[in-house]
Amino acid sequence: MISRVEVQETNKMIREANLDVRTITLGINLLDCIDTDINRLKDKIYDKITKNAANLVKTGDEIGKEFGVPIVNKRISVTPISLIGSSCSTSSYVEIAKTLDKAAKEVGVNFIGGYSALVQKGSTKADKELINSIPEALSETERICSSINVGSSRSGINMDSVKRIGEIIKEMAFLTRDNSSMACAKFVVFCNAVEDNPFMAGAFHGVGEKDLVINVGVSGPGVVKRALESVRGADFETLCETVKKTAFKITRVGQLVAQEASKRMGIPFGIIDLSLAPTPAVGDSIAEIFNEMGLEQAGAPGTTAALAILNDNVKKGGVMASSYVGGLSGAFIPVSEDHGMIDAVNAGALTLEKLEAMTCVCSVGLDMIAIPGDTSAETISGIIADEMAIGMINNKTTAVRIIPVIGAKVGDTVEFGGLLGYAPVMPVNSFSCEAFIKRGGRIPAPIHSFKN
Amino acid sequence: MKGIITVLGKDRVGIIAKVCSYLAEDGINILDISQTIVSGWFNMMMVVDLSTCCHRFEEVVDQLNSLGSEIGVDIRLQREDIFNSMHRI
Repeated sequence: MISRVEVQETNKMIREANLDVRTITLGINLLDCIDTDINRLKDKIYDKITKNAANLVKTGDEIGKEFGVPIVNKRISVTPISLIGSSCSTSSYVEIAKTLDKAAKEVGVNFIGGYSALVQKGSTKADKELINSIPEALSETERICSSINVGSSRSGINMDSVKRIGEIIKEMAFLTRDNSSMACAKFVVFCNAVEDNPFMAGAFHGVGEKDLVINVGVSGPGVVKRALESVRGADFETLCETVKKTAFKITRVGQLVAQEASKRMGIPFGIIDLSLAPTPAVGDSIAEIFNEMGLEQAGAPGTTAALAILNDNVKKGGVMASSYVGGLSGAFIPVSEDHGMIDAVNAGALTLEKLEAMTCVCSVGLDMIAIPGDTSAETISGIIADEMAIGMINNKTTAVRIIPVIGAKVGDTVEFGGLLGYAPVMPVNSFSCEAFIKRGGRIPAPIHSFKN
Repeated sequence: MKGIITVLGKDRVGIIAKVCSYLAEDGINILDISQTIVSGWFNMMMVVDLSTCCHRFEEVVDQLNSLGSEIGVDIRLQREDIFNSMHRI
């Protein structure tokens, strides 16, 4: 029988170390909604989402209450909309975005992801139309998240799209200039995007997935930090073992919640995403884990090694705790969503370049970083190209979610609110990459041998 | 279905009595109780069986929460599965 010590350990994780299940994300295939008539398409999309996700929020809340563990977000991901809209005779995809937004509000989820296109090797007419519509779609809706996959280790990097995305990021920043350029926080560009990611802004329901699927994202940086407090000063073996054991326990909660949600909704369980996702709350921070490991600030020499240890051992511990692991799985290192990262930037310890180095060993990439609003579109494309190259060469997912905040300059602080937090505006290397970005075309797929 | 009830708070007369009477009224059977008092702080854990309970699980969670606020202690009911999942392979 379960002992009081074990019950207390679990409940301390929940009450004092912010253990939660970050998201239950319902993946919905929309391929069967495709229609040449825009109105019929919109009706089918709305009906399919509202029918299948009707009980998502209620089920999530009930499970959270019964297990006594918060389930923070209930969300939906759909098939990339560029595929769904491609046979439709419409000049604008914004109408589809508004339908998705309406369906999200109807079922009560806070985000719906999948306003997306996969253009790693080239763009179709539909892909281009969708990309062009993103600024308007994100500024005129509330709950839509958008992502574009512009590169992969198999096919290289579509630099035409990288160039265009630099421009649309500027456009969406401008369109939401009265609201901290918020649209950019709902848009992410990927290399090697995964098809079963439950986390926003990059969630979409891949074409290789079932019709409906439940994916769950766990969290718990605070729990890892608490556990490391108990082995302060111990060697790396002890450090790694502690992270592994903690990740195992966190993931088991996610697995339980996922199975329960799957059972109650009659929808198959897909994967657990083993990610440590911070929030702006004190005690829920990746940077605090670095501090506990022995770094004065995130960004100090040793940070990349510390992140590699964390990321690898979260996976090692988590994999055994779940029957199916997938998604992004690792440690997220957003700036605005982690007060320790914000402190490190403000102290001058953490720069964009160090963050880029850290993305070589972490889960995703440059995430929720505010930069001056006058940064050029080409420079943003250059930052994206660098990050995509890291993903392409190293066979991992990388991403960029960057916000050129209109009217803001280095040193200002921008408020995004809620889980998105606040961010100090970071300096960007001011030397130009314009001629490089303007070349256009595609970077060929990398060689998969001679690894050095 | 089995649940774990934890009660935490400053010790006073009648905590166990109140909780147990509530459980009896609702048809919830107590399978195990362990309890300590350290420096005046009351800490109790109960394993209960809710299979004959006349309310839904989440209603019992709410009712125990409000009973806790009434007597000035923190009372939580959680399904046993979360602890088994985390601590048993």
